[in-house]
Amino acid sequence: MLATRALSLVGKRAISTSVCLRGSHGVAKVESYTLPGYFDTRENPLPDVSYVQNLSTEQQSLKEKEKGSWAALSNEEKIALYRISFKQSFAEMNQGSSEWKTVLGGVFVFFGLTGLVVFWQRKFVYGPVPHTFEREYKEKELQRMLDMRMNPVEGFSSNWDYENKQWKK
Amino acid sequence: MSLPKPVMRGLLGRRLRFHLPIAFALSIVAGAALKGYTVTEPRKQAYADFYKQYDAVKEFNAMREAGIFESVRPSGE
Repeated sequence: MLATRALSLVGKRAISTSVCLRGSHGVAKVESYTLPGYFDTRENPLPDVSYVQNLSTEQQSLKEKEKGSWAALSNEEKIALYRISFKQSFAEMNQGSSEWKTVLGGVFVFFGLTGLVVFWQRKFVYGPVPHTFEREYKEKELQRMLDMRMNPVEGFSSNWDYENKQWKK
Repeated sequence: MSLPKPVMRGLLGRRLRFHLPIAFALSIVAGAALKGYTVTEPRKQAYADFYKQYDAVKEFNAMREAGIFESVRPSGE
């Protein structure tokens, strides 16, 4: 336990190879997804761990050089150190892609399929509509609405010319 | 490697200072337009015009003849 604590202070993921002792039952393997991970997000600009965990020899010597004066580092070395700690720069991670076109296309495809299903349903599953939808019935409804003077100021009956018994032009 | 250091602080404040006056101005304009020109005034005018020439008794008789009332049947029956 103390060993894992000491290692976690340094921030390396070598903890995954160490063991955790639980009581007297022996070892419990630590899953990698339970440990801090590296993610490129705009909202969390400094990830929990560096990108490169296992440094090669030249990377290690670079890290040693980093402990000295930073003015002594050349531009390429500074970029190399950046790439050790981070996978993508902000510019790279924020750039857009054309994925939205695929997504929109997929959405429309499924709209079409759903439309076909709905059409089949309307034809073969549903029964007839109520008799109140017939044309004569609707005409009688309309006439009654006009007789009642429904919404005569700005609404329905305001469009009817009661003098000439026709719709207003 | 000689890029200028970008602005690190005061970003929210700058955004608010820019957008809030615009938002308030647009809201006030929209409210004034809605009140004066598009909805309330025309509607008030429409109601005023309608009731200026409104003869309640005439309308009632017309409705009665159409047969929609249950308490008063058309004068023919």
